[in-house]
Amino acid sequence: MSLPVQLLWLIPALPLLAAGIGSLTPRSGRGLASGAAIVAMAISFLLSCGALATALAQPAAHLVHNFAWFDLGGSAVRLGWLLDPLTAFMCVMVTFVGTLIFIFSTGYLHEDANFTRFFCFLSLFAAAMLGLLVANSLLLLFICWELVGLASYLLIGFWFHKPSAAAAAKKAFITTRIGDLGLLLGMLWLYDSTGSLLFYDGGQGVLEATALGGLVAQTTIGGLAVSTAIGLLIFCGAIGKSGQFPLHVWLPDAMEGPTPVSALIHAATMVAAGVFLVARVYPLMSADQGLAHVPVHALTVVAAIGAITALLGALIAVAQSDIKRVLAFSTVSQLGYMMLALGVGSWVAAIFHLLTHAFFKALLFLGSGSVIHAAHHEQDIRRLGGLRGPMRATFATFAIGMMALAGVPFLFSGFWSKEAILHAAHNWDVSHLPLYAGLAAVVLTAFYMTRLVAETFFGSPRSEEASHAHENSAVMTVPLILLAVCAVLLGFLGTPAYPWLQARLEGHTEVHGHPIFEGAGLLMLSIVLVAVGIGSGWALYGRRPRANANALDPIEGRLPGLFAVLRARFGFDELYAATVGRLNTAMAALSDGLDRYVWDAAVRFLAALGEFGGVVNREADEDVLNGGFDATNDRLRGTARSYSAAQTGGAHGYLRTVAVGFVLLVLIVMLGGGV
Amino acid sequence: MIPLLSLIVFTPWIGAALLALWRGASPGAIRGLGLLFSLSTLGLGLIALSRFDPAITVPQFGETHDWISMLNVHYRLGLDGLSLVLVLLTGIITPVALIASWREHRDARLFTALFLLLQGAALGVFLALDFFHWFVFWELSLVPAFFLIKLWGGPSATRAAYQFVIYTIGGSAFMLLAFAALYAATGTLDFLQLGQYGADGTLNVRLGAIGGWWPRAVFLGALLGLAVKVPLWPFHTWLPPAYAEAPTGASMFLTAVMSKMGVYGFLRILWPIFPTQLHQAAPCLLWLALGGVVFGAFAAMRQTDLKRMVAYSSLNHLNYCLLALFALSAATGQPGTTSAAAAAALSGTILQMFNHGLSAAALFYCVGVLEARSGGRRGLNDFGGVRTAAPIFAGLCGVALFSSLGLPGLNGFVGEFLIFRGVFGLAPWAAAVACLGLLATALFLLTFWQRVFHGPTGKVAANFPDLSLSEILPLLPLIGLMFILGVWPQFLAKLINPLVSLWAGQLPLP
Repeated sequence: MSLPVQLLWLIPALPLLAAGIGSLTPRSGRGLASGAAIVAMAISFLLSCGALATALAQPAAHLVHNFAWFDLGGSAVRLGWLLDPLTAFMCVMVTFVGTLIFIFSTGYLHEDANFTRFFCFLSLFAAAMLGLLVANSLLLLFICWELVGLASYLLIGFWFHKPSAAAAAKKAFITTRIGDLGLLLGMLWLYDSTGSLLFYDGGQGVLEATALGGLVAQTTIGGLAVSTAIGLLIFCGAIGKSGQFPLHVWLPDAMEGPTPVSALIHAATMVAAGVFLVARVYPLMSADQGLAHVPVHALTVVAAIGAITALLGALIAVAQSDIKRVLAFSTVSQLGYMMLALGVGSWVAAIFHLLTHAFFKALLFLGSGSVIHAAHHEQDIRRLGGLRGPMRATFATFAIGMMALAGVPFLFSGFWSKEAILHAAHNWDVSHLPLYAGLAAVVLTAFYMTRLVAETFFGSPRSEEASHAHENSAVMTVPLILLAVCAVLLGFLGTPAYPWLQARLEGHTEVHGHPIFEGAGLLMLSIVLVAVGIGSGWALYGRRPRANANALDPIEGRLPGLFAVLRARFGFDELYAATVGRLNTAMAALSDGLDRYVWDAAVRFLAALGEFGGVVNREADEDVLNGGFDATNDRLRGTARSYSAAQTGGAHGYLRTVAVGFVLLVLIVMLGGGV
Repeated sequence: MIPLLSLIVFTPWIGAALLALWRGASPGAIRGLGLLFSLSTLGLGLIALSRFDPAITVPQFGETHDWISMLNVHYRLGLDGLSLVLVLLTGIITPVALIASWREHRDARLFTALFLLLQGAALGVFLALDFFHWFVFWELSLVPAFFLIKLWGGPSATRAAYQFVIYTIGGSAFMLLAFAALYAATGTLDFLQLGQYGADGTLNVRLGAIGGWWPRAVFLGALLGLAVKVPLWPFHTWLPPAYAEAPTGASMFLTAVMSKMGVYGFLRILWPIFPTQLHQAAPCLLWLALGGVVFGAFAAMRQTDLKRMVAYSSLNHLNYCLLALFALSAATGQPGTTSAAAAAALSGTILQMFNHGLSAAALFYCVGVLEARSGGRRGLNDFGGVRTAAPIFAGLCGVALFSSLGLPGLNGFVGEFLIFRGVFGLAPWAAAVACLGLLATALFLLTFWQRVFHGPTGKVAANFPDLSLSEILPLLPLIGLMFILGVWPQFLAKLINPLVSLWAGQLPLP
């Protein structure tokens, strides 16, 4: 079975339909809303598999179906669908993970009053996310990009009665919108320079040779090639959406949303959209690679941002004590990895890691959701502990997810995809700094994940909630098990020995592997680093479990200053509040002040001037001239009346003056020989 | 041959006259009659739409009658794509605004009659093709608007109404003088004729013959009248008090329809008749429009009165229209100016006019609902948690907010995208600066949404009944159109595109 590109729109349309059904379902129609959402997603999954079959049959082709959206001037604004292995793999991942998370949610939220609304928003999100993947137009991609932002906003603030959730939702929307404005400008620039926003259009698309050649040939401010400038502006959107430094601050706060939301949107899919975007426009991002005398290449910036983010996120994760925030910073760090891979030239490694990460991070988030649900919404790891016994399935699957994320060798998918990235960084000839940042993050990742597992599942329960925890129902554990299976198996799609996934993504039909231990130095090094991370983590947190919820963290005891800085997330939120926040307030005050004290004052002044004239006339009329100059008196009284009439707003007097003026002017002009 | 356009303009006035004469009308009869006559515009507009041929770019359904032949003044009406869009907008908004005013029980007969008068005057502005009666309609619209604000408005309505009327008349006075000079110089007040004179340079020659500074002075006069009406920043200080103090229905009409009269004037009068002068002034005016976009949005952030906030957001949205027009005029004749960018700027302007009408009217309607349920409160911090008590209301208001914010998938995005597309092609730096406005808009609209609807349910919101069916119904057409135009903008684009292509293809500059 295969799905032709003309029908590709069905994949996002089905969840959209489910969202429509969900929005019209009353609160009592729980089964209908969740059933429609799950069925739509499952059918979309099957369709995505069909699309994958189509794409793999001719992996090098970019199958497109374009159409006019609306007329504009001599042409039209056009949109379209695109089917290639990148789209197809992403669609399969999103629909598969999405279906499992939807099923999990029926258990997680079964007590919530707004259950139907939740599934409506989830379906809306899925529709927008899938639309983003199948778009063959940067404009359509942008439209869906904003809509996933909306869905994310609605779902972060799902428990809107909590002020913290409402604030986090707004922060997420605004922070990502800052990046999106860059994306918008990049898109406008691209549109203006090439006259199109279609990616592939039979040689006329923006990712095809003609357009790219034109963009590389022109230079702009600072000696940058136009393609570099546009690429960097588009990358701004990716920075915002994928929680990259310096716009990463919203992602941890987004954990205010229900945990399935964190799993789907803020771990597996939406936050990876930035990585997908850069991979999608990779021909544009890398178009300037051939230029020697430019200040910077677009991909170099991507690599730098990715490396900084990978390290920053991992460092901060070490000192967090909320189970979801640890995972959130881990997501920030892993997305940094993917960006790093894109920057150093291996977009297929980035997508490989994106796919494996989606499964194991969704697994970890759902696992944390299972813990939180069982422990009556206790999510502070200091107050958990000892859950290994009562929650066997959750523990086992969470451990698999943890080992995949930490990069435990050979068996787990994260190992292979991370290896591919480190390998690419090693081969990058510009600088080895990203490689070092990546290696440091390997240790840190293994360390904080060991800490997380040790604190949550080992030792003894440190709170009332944790001691009463018991395993959840099958509707929640079965998705965990399925995801855990994928977290193991998926890695074997792209091992160095048989890199099938990479080959298909790049459009090759044959696979050229090489022995795993070829160039094994880096491989060995990273295995050692993982061992160091896990070992030190276990030594600090596993061997001597925390005694009670208030005990000091071992690092806090030894390095209190460092721990405080990490715990405070390097103070980015405070820094932004003190700079951007204040600037914003000042700007608002200035705008309001201008109106009150400048423009309105000017208007009042003119009004007062008019009033003054009226008063002077009346005074002159009544006191000075009274009785004396009758003839003048009459005239002045008339003037005074018209002035005061202007003041009290009598339109008649005013209009009369205007009419007299009108006649006078016509006369002047006519007599002056105008006609 | 039925004079369709005259019917469109004068049917609401017939309704107003009937109401004025029918002393003992019951409230139900007043409402019914008012709604019927206000809906006539939509009905007749749809008839016009069905017979309208977008491919013909000259005004259609033309009506010409001699009027004051001594002065060469004719009664001329005509409808092209631009007018049609605005007639349809008026037809949709006025009935909704009237229904929104049904809560108003004081002297409903006078209120409805004034409203119908206002509607007819606005339609006259959109359809007149001769300055003489165009100006009559233009000024006549102020009279009912003045009384609607003053008699049914909030506590400081009197001051707001006076300021609104005096300021606007002050601007119009200059425009009248300018047209007096034009008439003296050319002997005609026909827009199309004047446009031709403007395009081929005759006008400059004739005015220049009187004195070197005359062409500029006349341009400035016309500019001032229109700038106050839109309003162009910083001629806007009348707007926040007027919109805030007016009763809900009048606020809706003022922002949705009357503000469009100004933008319409820019497109119909200033741009075709004074292409050279506008081109010279545009680099400067561009800054003012940017000021409106940026300062308008940031000032909105500072407002605690929700109606003032929506009023400032209107200022911001309308200045996008002017930004596009000024960018186009400034770039006319410059190397690198493409007709694609020009077409985008013009289409965006017209779509934005329609879209802003929908979203701003819906937002004022929603604030009106808040006021009605809380005994006249409309402070940003007066509510909180309304979504818990009234989820349907929260949902519909949310759609309107996101439409105003320019969320893709809803109507607002298409117009703003096209404006930005056009402005970027014509003046890239201006597009970059205007992005600040987009960001600030998102900030204050989400603040609105968060403070009013989210958080724990406050005292005021606790007893909030959700929208009744009769309250949902007037909002539905607006919300429905937001979705339809967001997904299928071709519906409007096809009406205006031939006209826009023509304008973009032959940018008027001698």
